[in-house]
Amino acid sequence: MHPAFSIIFFTTAAGAGYGLLFLLGLMAPSGALPDSRGFAIVALALALGLVTAGLLASMVHLGRPERAWRALSQWRSSWLSREGVASVLTYMPALVLALSWGWLGSEGRVTLVAGALTAVGAVVTVICTGMIYASLKTIHQWHNAWVVPNYMAIGLMIGAVFLNALMHLWGGGSPEFDVAVTLIIAATILLKEGYWIFIETRPANSTPESATGLGRIGPTRFLESPHSEDNYLIKEMGFSLGRKHSTRLRTLSRVLGFGVPLVATALAALAPMVATPVTVLAALSIAIGMLIERWLFFAEAKHTVQLYYGAQRV
Amino acid sequence: MTSLPTPTANAKKLGLVIDLDLCVGCHACAVACKEWNSGGHMAPLTDLEPYGRDPDGVWFNRIHTFEAGADDQHLGCGTSRTTHFPKSCLHCETPECVTVCPTGASYKRAEDGIVLVNEDLCIGCKLCSWACPYGAREFDSDVGVMKKCTLCIDRIYNKNLEEVDRVPACVMVCPVSARHFGDLGDPNSNVSTLVRERDGYDLMPEMGYKPVNKYLPPRPKKVMPVAIEGGRRELEVSNDNALLNWVDRLLSR
Repeated sequence: MHPAFSIIFFTTAAGAGYGLLFLLGLMAPSGALPDSRGFAIVALALALGLVTAGLLASMVHLGRPERAWRALSQWRSSWLSREGVASVLTYMPALVLALSWGWLGSEGRVTLVAGALTAVGAVVTVICTGMIYASLKTIHQWHNAWVVPNYMAIGLMIGAVFLNALMHLWGGGSPEFDVAVTLIIAATILLKEGYWIFIETRPANSTPESATGLGRIGPTRFLESPHSEDNYLIKEMGFSLGRKHSTRLRTLSRVLGFGVPLVATALAALAPMVATPVTVLAALSIAIGMLIERWLFFAEAKHTVQLYYGAQRV
Repeated sequence: MTSLPTPTANAKKLGLVIDLDLCVGCHACAVACKEWNSGGHMAPLTDLEPYGRDPDGVWFNRIHTFEAGADDQHLGCGTSRTTHFPKSCLHCETPECVTVCPTGASYKRAEDGIVLVNEDLCIGCKLCSWACPYGAREFDSDVGVMKKCTLCIDRIYNKNLEEVDRVPACVMVCPVSARHFGDLGDPNSNVSTLVRERDGYDLMPEMGYKPVNKYLPPRPKKVMPVAIEGGRRELEVSNDNALLNWVDRLLSR
């Protein structure tokens, strides 16, 4: 699939924003976060800013952005519509949380309820995002049980790494939270590696033989294209990434997106005196690494329509 | 409404039956489709830079060519089948291009099963084209909405046309009658009979979209493998001719 930057940025930024909102919603009433209005405002602004920037980026991708509101109507059948509805609904408790905890500094009942509802909304929205991809039977690399857990884990992981950096910047970090974040990163690594092993080892069901039905005659291969120039289908769904580039980019995303944040966060737990710089480094590294990871999620996805344009397997 | 209509018994399922045994790959159906639909229900069928360096445009029907049966065990000519393969929307019974649509623009008609796009509701998110395994939908980047085959809805019900012309443009134009139009929900229709007699099949049945359009396989052919003689024939140049010798040396460098 063509890796459109607007969608890559949207899913990564919004996922990270919802991960951060989830943690803020749960942790705000507990008193585990730094007792500072500056921290609360910056953390909430970062979370809501990432979510909002992501949602706006997703609208750039539309052919008719001025009609985007219509996407809220078909939640009965469409995961994209459900995601839109969930994202809009999540703003409501999130704004109450911003007011009661961020502005008024309360850790009382309003913050507790708004925080819990924000956390639920964040989880539901990210599940919907993952399901948009996981529900597409046409793309083997998306239509599997690894995709939704990966979307959830990666959102939570980026949110946790961002939150940890902010907590250390405001002098409110703790080795316990560093350890928790390290464990979240480790669990996410397992999920992502599991996904990569799955797409490497499990072939798609569809073949040129099933796509054309000519398998009844024998092995089928593409002979002639319907047209001399690339069309929409090839430009949008015919993207193919070379093996060499795929390997290099996976290494890059493993190092920047998982390795550096894991080591840096573990180091913060072991050596609190360097915790602030290393957790900030982890946050910067994970942002770049996860954009590469998400680029690969699209670039490595092979649509069945490629079988009509010369692909022998998808 | 992007939920699918509830299936009823005896419901009409209008669609095409495409005979791969007859198709000669002339692209007339694609051209007739483009011509009619440039002014039809989903018009315009935008072309960008049609005479420029990088022409691009929306087509509802495209003709691919495949070779089937060319395996290593049957080296030589005459064993494989070259098959021209026209492909357009299959108007599936359970099309996910409809259910994924977030706005209600994409819909399947209850009365005849035709899958259409309401261009006034489409936001151009392209998700329906991602959900279609067959590549039936093409995005019109000029208008910013998705476009697709309408089964020539503006021909088949068009009272201004002679009854014989109330078929999709691709069916009307086919010079070898490789395309048939009819009601696949009626077991006694011409198209259902063809599917039964010729062992018509679905494309990618594993997707579970239940395409209405069916394909008739190429008829079995007696295979007579013809061995190809090995080795290239070299141009033999006489040693006596100095000029040819010189040309030979020049070309052999």
